[in-house]
Amino acid sequence: MSDTKKKAGAAGLFTKLMRNQIFIPLAALLLLVIVNLIAGPSFFKITLGANNAGNMILSGYPITILDFGSELAILALGMTLVTAASGGQDISVGAAMAIAGSVILRVLCGNAGSHPETMQAPIIVAFLAGCVVAMLFGAFNGILVAYFKIQPMVATLILYTAGRSIAAWINNNELPIIKEPEFGYFGGFIPGIPIPTPIFIAAACMIVMALVLKFTTLGLYTQSVGINEKSARLNGLNPTFIKFLSFVILGLCVAVAGFIKVSRLSTINYSVIAKDIEMDAILAVALGGNALSGGKFSMVASILGAYVIQFLTQTLYRFKVSSDALPAYKAVVVIILVVASAPTVREKVSSMWKSRKVHAKEVG
Amino acid sequence: MNEKSVLEMRGIFKSFPGVRALQNVDFTLCEGEIHALMGENGAGKSTLIKVLTGVYEKDEGHIFLKGMDKEAVIRSPQDAQKLGISTVYQEITLCPNLTVAENMYIGRGKGFMQNWRKMNANADKILQSLDIPAKSTQQLSSCSIAIQQMVAIARAVDMDCKVLILDEPTSSLDEQEVEKLFGLMRDLKAKGVGIIFVTHFLDQVYEVCDKITVLRDGKLVGQYEIENLPRVQLVAKMLGKELDDMADIRSDSDTYVEKDGSAPVFEAQGLQSNAGIKPFDFYIKKGEVNGFTGLLGSGRSECVRAIFGADRVIGGTVKKNGKQVKISKPIDAMKNGIAYLPEDRKVDGIIGDLSVRDNIVLALQVLQGFFKPFSKAKMYEFADEYIKLLEIKTASADTPIKSLSGGNQQKVILARWLLMHPEYLILDEPTRGIDIGTKIEIQKLVLKLASEGMSVTFISSETDEMLRTCSRLVVMRDRKVVGELSGDDLTQNKIMSTIAGGEEHE
Amino acid sequence: MKKRIMGLALGVITAAAFGMTVNADELIKVGIINNDPNESGYRTANVKDLEQAFSEENGFEAQTFYSLDNGEQIDAAKKFIQDGVDYLLLSAAETTGWDSVLQDAQTEGIDVILFDRTIDADESLYVASVVSDMAQEGQTAVDWLAGQGLDEYNIIHIQGVMGSAAQVGRTGALDEKVAAEDTWNIVTQQTAEWNAEKAQQIVQSVIDSGEEFNVIYAENDDMAKGAVAALDAKGISHGVGKDVIVMGFDCNKWALEELLAGNWNYDGQCNPFQSEYLLDIINKLEAGEELEEKTIIMDEKGFDAETITEEDVETYGIGGGDTAEAETEVETTAAE
Repeated sequence: MSDTKKKAGAAGLFTKLMRNQIFIPLAALLLLVIVNLIAGPSFFKITLGANNAGNMILSGYPITILDFGSELAILALGMTLVTAASGGQDISVGAAMAIAGSVILRVLCGNAGSHPETMQAPIIVAFLAGCVVAMLFGAFNGILVAYFKIQPMVATLILYTAGRSIAAWINNNELPIIKEPEFGYFGGFIPGIPIPTPIFIAAACMIVMALVLKFTTLGLYTQSVGINEKSARLNGLNPTFIKFLSFVILGLCVAVAGFIKVSRLSTINYSVIAKDIEMDAILAVALGGNALSGGKFSMVASILGAYVIQFLTQTLYRFKVSSDALPAYKAVVVIILVVASAPTVREKVSSMWKSRKVHAKEVG
Repeated sequence: MNEKSVLEMRGIFKSFPGVRALQNVDFTLCEGEIHALMGENGAGKSTLIKVLTGVYEKDEGHIFLKGMDKEAVIRSPQDAQKLGISTVYQEITLCPNLTVAENMYIGRGKGFMQNWRKMNANADKILQSLDIPAKSTQQLSSCSIAIQQMVAIARAVDMDCKVLILDEPTSSLDEQEVEKLFGLMRDLKAKGVGIIFVTHFLDQVYEVCDKITVLRDGKLVGQYEIENLPRVQLVAKMLGKELDDMADIRSDSDTYVEKDGSAPVFEAQGLQSNAGIKPFDFYIKKGEVNGFTGLLGSGRSECVRAIFGADRVIGGTVKKNGKQVKISKPIDAMKNGIAYLPEDRKVDGIIGDLSVRDNIVLALQVLQGFFKPFSKAKMYEFADEYIKLLEIKTASADTPIKSLSGGNQQKVILARWLLMHPEYLILDEPTRGIDIGTKIEIQKLVLKLASEGMSVTFISSETDEMLRTCSRLVVMRDRKVVGELSGDDLTQNKIMSTIAGGEEHE
Repeated sequence: MKKRIMGLALGVITAAAFGMTVNADELIKVGIINNDPNESGYRTANVKDLEQAFSEENGFEAQTFYSLDNGEQIDAAKKFIQDGVDYLLLSAAETTGWDSVLQDAQTEGIDVILFDRTIDADESLYVASVVSDMAQEGQTAVDWLAGQGLDEYNIIHIQGVMGSAAQVGRTGALDEKVAAEDTWNIVTQQTAEWNAEKAQQIVQSVIDSGEEFNVIYAENDDMAKGAVAALDAKGISHGVGKDVIVMGFDCNKWALEELLAGNWNYDGQCNPFQSEYLLDIINKLEAGEELEEKTIIMDEKGFDAETITEEDVETYGIGGGDTAEAETEVETTAAE
């Protein structure tokens, strides 16, 4: 008797977990870990060694995933807000990252040609310039969506199409290269610190976002607007402004992500930098179980979703899936994950679980 | 199965997480009868109907239909439709962006091909026969809510049903329209259709129904012939206790009357919004309860929306305590201490996916400001306080508001505005579509708030509710204020005549 | 730089020749369809080279269209045909889908000249093609690698966008060699889609797995750069006389500088300066001469870090340096 009770309790816990939004990304993460562990226990090995600049740094799969997942995680923060508030997605983030990166490099190059021996401006100035420009482009998208009521995907299609050309134009079609190693610290390692800098930057962004959500009412407002705009307005909110704001915040995320990207190799390639990252960012939001039609969101789930995607990419590299088949594998895994995280499926599974429980009780 | 019955439901069970919505409920519907399904909010009426129409799958129980040897299997609304069970829901479930005819025929075509001309012609014929003032090619959203409701009924009627379910069909109709509907129901009854009628209007039940089945807390209370169940008993059975005399509610709340002489708290001159009402003047005093009355579409909601800034204000001035204030959007009104409970709960009131807690706190939070969020603990404190105060039936403060019954949703919205401690509370149809117990609770609450000094505007389609609560009524006709009644003039007859156009004077 | 100057000079000469025979306002109309100049430094150089050659002072009225989208390119071609251009110069984004539009051109009497990339269409549909032989580029590179005489070749092979001519050509030679030799192994073969950062991740992944490798064969310079970033992060030495051989393609100027510094070992040229060949063809056609060959394969080199000179970097390096710098060079060369 007590045994059944215990079982029911455990089942209850499971059902509760099943209903939680972060269950799917967590489960996916766990699954990827298991698959990788089965393939070789060296997976979690993290080693300390010197890099070519003479710094002691940590390396290993987990570090790599956290490192390269940084940009995606940062974008997922903003994309989650945009999705929640506007019920649509910004597909221009990759192009906007190219613009932000291009602006940063442009400021650093100053008038000294595209391959300056020294940076012509402090990095912080270049970064802030990138932020301002990216937020302006975010505001542009925001105005189209919030004030002109254009479908977000359609509105951001404009920048998606034109963004990379704008990025190239900013630098006169040159491909700037920054030679000073300091610039590379932000996409690589700061001397004396063994952990990749992007991990810190991403963590900082998450902390900032967490603080914003804690110390402002952004979360409540965004969700209210996303769920029921009319009602939100009658509660004194300004839905138009909140949607607009979400795009500007995404713009800031884009600038930070773009900064890491250009810093990684101290250069930019307009046509391929951050290519297709918008799709991964949207996917991260979806994998997190957030409704792409807006409304309630979980920031944690989106962030997990972002790392799941990076984990998946890295796993496929690790298993040396042939180049031709790579997109197909990714697509299959993604479909499974997205279907599994769809609310209807979760409902179904948890109700199946429950009916099994009831059945077990009857038999008992 | 009984010879005469068209539908028998036996031992129906249905549970939701945390709620047992139906427990062992039986229900029998005979040919050619109008059968009222009564109960408070959360009694299980809607759930029973949704089980019958395939929206929910029952956990246990059996459903039998006339002309079938075996148990009926209803897994989806399509199944129900095929078996001749048609429904008109409380909330309109049609597609506002399609035409009237498309709405009437959607999902009923034999294939993908549709003969549009024939479809439109058929639709027009039905609309005409039911005296519904709509054209088949008109976009549904361009019709008033009442017409939309009637189109929904027309759709169900046209589907040649054996069992017609009307779930609160009259809550958005005015009296003439209700009469028309009743005529229609009687016609169908004569043709042998079994009609299940869910409503909160007792008068209507006694006017049109043959039998009553009462549910309470998900259980069957009983099935009664109408003549064997007097009103008081019906109410008692629904509430599970003897009801106080409804007239009593006013007795303890006459305190505000002496304030008649004081200056108004809010005052408006030539107020006009873009919702198409004529400019109107308005005032309300401290501790006063007034009301706007008039037929559906007369502009009573539009007036209060203009006061709250819910529609775009295009003219006029508003004064608070004699000083002019600018109210152009809801937040302005809120800052001036005005709260507004909107008419359409689903569209304008609730934030469906958010928890009861968030829904309660929202307005106060917005007023408090972007950079001053309430702590979790504070939010729970607020929520729990009002859940207790208004007796909101919810599993917890974290339950999404959309999973609550209509009446409880309404209480949550009410809680939201009460939490703001407004000086002036506007309630637009707060009692629409909710059970009688809650209606009385709300009326009592209004009077209590007024006695504490709050000014309240109360709008209801049910005149007797207004008469019980309001000390002054603004009467509207054709989007214009046509009169004001107070004191001894506050009678049903006087209101009627004012609405109709003052024939009494002639 | 020399070649570019030569091309320019050639252009000037042709223009002068036409100036004599043809009325000044009867310019030769050409429609140029190319890939997006932002695609890579190579493409930027290629577009620039053509734009400079087919200028008005050289006797041309050029319409240009740049896109990475095959469909858009085809639409542009149709428009150029309608506009009645004399020559259609085409570098197609994809190899297929061009038959019908080229037939249209043929019926209109428009000569089609392919450059940079070939297409899957009947040879009769175009008069000539100026191409890089990507397979030859790959072969040159693989031959060079074989010449290094390593005991064992453990190669990280980073591919370009799958199916592109450059990828197919550069992959083919290596695959063949690996299949033929026991001592040649592929550690991993992945596409980074010309993207430096993806290449970085791929190499990082191999490093994390702890597998041995001593060659990075990247199908363009950007990807080689990304790969090197991963090596640097792990403290793996690379370049002349170091642990890992780094190979790239396209001869970006910055890449050749890496060679010069000994950080990389090899860079294969993919010649973007095609205008001289094109001008030569048009010249001959205008003069009514027969073309000797239908397919003209450009000269392409492979540079070894041990033998590359600063002059090579200046001459063959594409991109880099701003325009002001380039102009000064032209002047100095001209002065010589």
